[in-house]
Amino acid sequence: MMMTPDNPKAIRVDLQLIADMIEPGTRVLDVGCGNGTLLDYLWHFKQVDGRGIEISTQGVQACVSAGLSVVQGDVERDLKNYPDDAFDYVILSQTLQAMWEPRDVMTEMMRIGKRGIVSLPNFGYWRLRLYLMFHGRMPVSENLPYQWYNTPNIHFCTIRDFVALVKDMGLTIERSLFLDDTGTSRTIGTSVGLANWFGEQGVFLLRK
Amino acid sequence: MSDETVNATPVDQAYEAKAWPLPGKRVLLARDEPLRLDSGFRLHDIHVAYETWGELNADKSNAILICHALTGDHYVVGPHPVTGKPGWWEQIVGPGKVIDTDRYFVVCSNILGGCMGTTGPQDVNPDTGRPWGLEFPVITIGDMVRTQRLLIDHLEIDTLFAVVGGSMGGMQVLEWAAMYPERVFCAVPIATASYHSAQNIAFHEVGRQAIMADPDWCGGDYHAHGKRPHRGLAVARMAAHITYLSEPALTRKFGRNLQDRDAVSYGFDADFQVESYLRHQGSTFVDRFDANSYLYITRAMDYFDLSERHGGQLANTFKKTPVRFLVMSFTSDWLYPTRENREIVHALNAGAANVSFVEIDSDKGHDAFLLDEPEFHKVFEGFLEGCAEHRGLKRKRP
Repeated sequence: MMMTPDNPKAIRVDLQLIADMIEPGTRVLDVGCGNGTLLDYLWHFKQVDGRGIEISTQGVQACVSAGLSVVQGDVERDLKNYPDDAFDYVILSQTLQAMWEPRDVMTEMMRIGKRGIVSLPNFGYWRLRLYLMFHGRMPVSENLPYQWYNTPNIHFCTIRDFVALVKDMGLTIERSLFLDDTGTSRTIGTSVGLANWFGEQGVFLLRK
Repeated sequence: MSDETVNATPVDQAYEAKAWPLPGKRVLLARDEPLRLDSGFRLHDIHVAYETWGELNADKSNAILICHALTGDHYVVGPHPVTGKPGWWEQIVGPGKVIDTDRYFVVCSNILGGCMGTTGPQDVNPDTGRPWGLEFPVITIGDMVRTQRLLIDHLEIDTLFAVVGGSMGGMQVLEWAAMYPERVFCAVPIATASYHSAQNIAFHEVGRQAIMADPDWCGGDYHAHGKRPHRGLAVARMAAHITYLSEPALTRKFGRNLQDRDAVSYGFDADFQVESYLRHQGSTFVDRFDANSYLYITRAMDYFDLSERHGGQLANTFKKTPVRFLVMSFTSDWLYPTRENREIVHALNAGAANVSFVEIDSDKGHDAFLLDEPEFHKVFEGFLEGCAEHRGLKRKRP
């Protein structure tokens, strides 16, 4: 899975949006880094000093075998071991909704990192709203392929919910984007209502 | 599998026939300036037996130091000169293997206090002309590493590309990174811990007591009496060997199967295969290992506590370390369980170190690091490959 500068590989649009928010040559922690796609991209194209945490054995093995610095561990237990401001960016890419205590994880993220980047699925997306309204069942889609009983996503929220949490925590949103169903990204800015209807996903760059 | 019993006097032809020199290299170090040990003792004229594989490149950036475990030695690959068995890390080291000898210059030395050529209690004290015996100074893991450093200096290598090792070898790896961080590019401690737990000290004490309870130990002076405490050492090995395995591995290998018989004997023969296996482990071990060495090395492990020098804070040991780490543990290892390996990782994280950690799924117990574990090998190789890239070493040939 190793990619090289002469062999660039397209990464998921939301990962690309995250990567675009990161300054080259910085220190980055990818929390819940999966098989390391983003870290690998950041190492090769942004020369970042990247680290990861991942709970799945397969994910960690793939990362370390590809030369990435990744620790197998439980995010909610292990983030506390990192010192304050150890990283320029801490990334929670499609991870927050799978946490038991999302707010605590956010707090730790902003303690460890000078900036935090969060991407999450938007439960307020119009197709999901209609799905629930017409089928009366928990939405299942290409992006959210799980049934209610086997989903790892135990804490869904909408873009509006997330913005409210950020405000409640006293954090500043430096940049915010949403991805619509054509894969186009748009700035959320002050149009939270619009983003909340048409965004399949939201991506936020946060600082203290 | 042999059915020798430990009660019979083992025939020790192999050990007796082990007249130096054994194959491999040997160098006399600490001649001009003695090595100051942790105990304060000044040890001079230290013989270090070692072996190398592969070639050191022009800028001396491709050297890997392998640190061996308690009962290992520097015969990492190839037939062992005493036992004739394959080397202990034949799975890992060799052309095209995880530690690729076509690519890296690989060094392994027998540890200080060992009995395969490096100075230890069975050697002659140059000051008295008599075997050291129990007058040999108590050594530590740090002393083993200081001795290795003398060898690396002798080989004129400034920075080791990697220092790797499992179990007690892993402790040496951690000491290397702690004492000489500027001389280690990456470190791979495997199935190890930053301190020896009460349970591990307890098992070692059982082994030591078994040796010392053997009348042939002669208060440690058995060489002078022409004796060897083989029975005690064999029992020590048997007890220790159990801790290297796991209950599922023992069950899979032996179950309650009987040894060369259809029914139990209603006696104390080795009725069960597992008994026979352990007796075999004990009786073959004494052919290649010195009892006093066993006492000294187990003691060194017991004394190991890396955080001690840093006010009990392991994180301070590795604060801002430039070394890249890969820590690996095995699910069924109860001697150095994942929890203890993870403590190292947490300390490294707290020091904002560059660390990877993987727990490998295996039912083979502590010894898994010596065995055919494809996932372990894959991760290990990938890590070295990534570090080689960062170090600017050439990529592996396709």
